[in-house]
Parts: sequence; C-alpha cells; structure tokens
Amino acid sequence: MSPVELLDLLSRDFMQRALLAALFTGLAAPAIGTFLVQRRLALLGDGIGHVAVTGVALGLLTGTSPTWTAVVVAILGAVLIEVIREQGHTNGDVALALLFYGGLAGGVLITGLAGQGANKLQAYLFGSITSLSDADVWFTLALAVVILAVTLGLLPRLFAVASDPEFAKVAGLRVRFYNLLIAVLAAITVTVAMRTVGLLLVSALMIVPVATSQQMARSFRTTLAGAMAVGAVAAVGGLLIAASFPANTTVAPGPTIVLLALAMFAATWPVGVWLRRRSRLAEPFPILTDDSPDDHEVGHADGEHLHQHGDDCGHPAVEHGDHVDYVHDGHRHAPHGEHYDEH
Amino acid sequence: MLNTAGTPVVEARDVTVTLGGRPVLRGNNLTVREGEFVALMGANGSGKSTLVRALTGLLPLTQGSVLLFGTAVGDFRARHRIGYVPQRGTAAGGVPANVREVVASGRLTRRGLLRPTSRADRAAIDDAIGVVGLSAKASDSVSTLSGGQQQRVLIARALAGEPDLFFLDEPAAGVDLPSQLALADALRILSERGASVVLVAHELGPLEPLVDRAVVMRGGRVAYDGPPLPQDDVHGHHHPGGPAHDHAPHVGSPFDTFQSQTREGGR
Repeated sequence: MSPVELLDLLSRDFMQRALLAALFTGLAAPAIGTFLVQRRLALLGDGIGHVAVTGVALGLLTGTSPTWTAVVVAILGAVLIEVIREQGHTNGDVALALLFYGGLAGGVLITGLAGQGANKLQAYLFGSITSLSDADVWFTLALAVVILAVTLGLLPRLFAVASDPEFAKVAGLRVRFYNLLIAVLAAITVTVAMRTVGLLLVSALMIVPVATSQQMARSFRTTLAGAMAVGAVAAVGGLLIAASFPANTTVAPGPTIVLLALAMFAATWPVGVWLRRRSRLAEPFPILTDDSPDDHEVGHADGEHLHQHGDDCGHPAVEHGDHVDYVHDGHRHAPHGEHYDEH
Repeated sequence: MLNTAGTPVVEARDVTVTLGGRPVLRGNNLTVREGEFVALMGANGSGKSTLVRALTGLLPLTQGSVLLFGTAVGDFRARHRIGYVPQRGTAAGGVPANVREVVASGRLTRRGLLRPTSRADRAAIDDAIGVVGLSAKASDSVSTLSGGQQQRVLIARALAGEPDLFFLDEPAAGVDLPSQLALADALRILSERGASVVLVAHELGPLEPLVDRAVVMRGGRVAYDGPPLPQDDVHGHHHPGGPAHDHAPHVGSPFDTFQSQTREGGR
C-alpha cells in the first residue's frame, strides 16, 4: 500500500474511530495487567476472555448487543474465578481451566445454535477494524477512562493488596473488595479490548507490555507507566500495520498488535538481561565479622599474574566494605601494597 | 522492659483456633503489656505462628476472645497502631517494585483514600528505611536484594505506619548474619521508643538480649510464660546421657550390638 493510500485510509471515519479505540485500549489494558502480573495471575485475562466468548454468543443468539452480554458474562466469570481462587479449593488452576474451556465451548455451541457462522464470531475472537460503530467507540472510551481512573487513583491500595494480601488485611484494607475490584476491572478491560485485539488475544495486550516494561524498570510506577506507553504504541502501530496490508488480504488487527508488542519485548529483553547482570556484578560483597587478618591470603604469589588493576582495567570493580575488589577469573583481588589479596 | 503493672495492649483469653477441623490452638491465655518485648517460642508446628495470626485477626477464633488496646480484634479500627511483619521469604512480587514503594504501603494505615503523601508521610517512610539501614538502597528494586535485606524491607514497611504494637513472625529465619544484626538494631530502636513487640522466633540469636519475656508453645498450648530461658531448655529435646531405659529385654545373638549402645542422644 502506498503512503497516499494509507493517508486516504486514515482520513476515513471508521479508521479514525478504530485508532481512537485502539489508543485507549492500549493504555487501559496494561494498567490493569500490571496488577495481574504483580499478583502472579497473568493468565486471568485469558480465562476471562474465554468466558466472554459465551457472552458474545448469547448476544448473537438473543439479538441484543454482544458487547453488553459480554460485559455481564465476563464480570460473572471474573467474580467466579476470584471466588474459586480465594477459597483455595484443592486445585485452583484446574478449576480455572475447566471454566476457560467451558466458556469457549459454550460460546461456539451457542453461536452455532444462533445460526451465525464462524465469520461473525471471528470478528470478536481476533478483532475487527471495520465493525466499530460510533456508539462502540464512545463505550470503549468511557470504560477505558473508568479503568484508568480507578487503577491510578487507588494505586497505593491496589499495590499493597496485590503485593501482600496478609499485610494489607492486618493494615485494615478490605482485601476481598480490592481483589474483586481488580477482577471486575480485568473483565471490563477484556470486553473493551474485544473489538480491537479480540477475545483470544486480549490477555496478550494486558501482559506483554508489562513484561516489556519490567525489563528496564526498577519501580512499580515506572513499570506501570512504561507498560501503558508500550501498550499504546503496540495497539496503534499494530492497527496501522493491519490496515496497510493489501486489500485482497484479510488481516485482523489482533495478531498484528500482539506481534508488535512481542517484537518490542524481544527488543528489550537482551537489554534487561544485560542490566540485571550488570547490577548483580556491582552488588557489594558483604562484610563478614570473621574477616580477620588471619585470613590473609596473597593472590598469585607465583607471579603468574602481572596485571595492574585500576579504574579502566576491564575487571568488574565491586565494593567490599572499605575497599574495592576486582572480580577476575572467578576470584576476587583486593589491592594490598605490592600484591593482591584474595578475598 | 518487663512491665507487670502497665496497661495491657494484647489480652487473649481462652484462644482456640481450628484449622480444617483440627484444633491447632487450645485455650491459650496471653497478656502483653505496654512496652514489653515478648518472644513467642517453640518447635515447628507448636502453634506460635498460628497464635500471632489469631492475635492480628487473620484467623477466626473458634472460641475465646482477643482484645487489642481494649477493643475486640474484629471491631478494632485503629489499625495504624499495629504493625505486622508476615512470615515470608520475599518482599518481591511479579512486577519490580523499589524499596520506597514497598515501605510506603505500610503508611496506608495513616493515609486517607485518594489523599496524596504528605510531608509527614515521606519523613516517616524515610525514617523507617533508615532504621533498618537500607537508606542507600531506597530506590533499588526489592528483587535485587538479599533475603535478609528483603526481610528488613518488610520490617521497615511495618515501621512506616508508626505503630505502638508490633507482631513479627520469624523475621530472623534464614537471614544472613549482617541482616540479623541490622534486624536486632532496628528492634532495639523500636523497643527504646516504647513500642510493644511480639516476636515469633525459632531461635533468638542476636535478638536474645532484647527479650523481656519468653512464651514457649508446645502442642498448641502455652507451656511456659516468664523470664527468657537458655536455648536448651526451650527445645528440651536434648536427651541427657546415661543408661537408656529399655522396655524390651535384649535378645542378642553373639555378634549383635545393642542399638542403645550405638545410638547417641537420639530422639
């Protein structure tokens, strides 16, 4: 597709609506996803997405708006998942899996009963640019704003509950309420993202930006902000890529958005590995109380080692109490007069 | 300080806790008075952690009552007055969080909903990080810290709310020696500021000089309550030497060695 054609496409109403919806979805999904990753519930969004398929199918069967039925069923599913998880019945994850598959199978069955083909359902499973109406866009925007307002406004409390529920409970926070709030917000996010990314890939937009962001970030807030930025870029960029394929192909926006987010993860991952390795190497060695002079050990007394350690010698310099050790071939050299002590 | 006349901050009467149908704690009484430093000791599985969890309201009571500062634990709303350090190995979750963020969540008990952090909040958070000796690491991600340093972060989190009563569940378990010493320092500062401390510990180590009173649990009951005991008496499993008493006559063939002679001090 030529740049002129792309510009022409961008001036179309349906494309502008889709871009707006993608931008807000890309901001809201990682915001809630950060709390899911913090609680180690990265797959919760996927489970809710599967359950929401039944909601969409019910909408198709009864002739009401699939978006509204999906919201209702997704919230019910999310609350059920949260209750099962909280009760901690013997096999929480198996119970969740049963719910996921039940949701997907039920959805496909009901769609069949409604006499709708797979094509109709596919727009919800993998997203569709052209299916958005004006009302859909306003709906998406309003819900995304609610999600962002609640997650950012309650951030300190949600963070406390997500990172240590027992401490939060003793501190007087209503842990069950906040856990349910996260689950319900995740369900709403799933239905918001349904039109752009699709139900089967929505969880990726909640989780992959967080995984990308946490490669570089050291704090929760920067992870959250970075994830929102990555999500917005991936959602808008993926939509444009999907739109710029030739007209005779049928590329849904969901896969391009997710693949773009994964590409951003793949690009930052080596940086994250390098950063973590560097910070581990620079970690000071602990000062032990039994570091007495009796342990005085002279390194390489045989003179095999003639290298002069210094600021730029290339060996990692690591603090050790009041001096610096140089990490070298699996041991630690501390300069001492004419020679190096082994630490 | 041992305080036999002070105001009680914890009053547990006839505390019985049932977990999954099994009575884990049976009819325990415990009173902690203002400013006391009480060590809750005992073997693994003796119920000391369960008792602390019942005192903080984390576990429902099957029978009996717990009063915190004179109010039943279920109705207790002045949560900023208690600080809790749960028994867990790590302060890190699935997402990186820095030391300051984790410690700041301990200040929530004194912050209203949607209210931004005030100057007093920030001062309390910085002070708490300083007391555990992690000021230089305040903006490091907790997942990069050692286990002992993470434990200190959890203690700083409990400190940040400036509580009068601390519950610490095995803070020294599996912690490196520098962190154990920093921990002892932090607890000494707390105690000197007049806080009451209930500490669950399997062994005291460097914390021993701080303890005013030891409560030893055995089989879900308080077995001893009084001045601290030497380590050996607490566990009391060390069988004295001397001839073992046999309940069955020896039937030994000529080349048998008697089991009681080869075993030394076994259980």
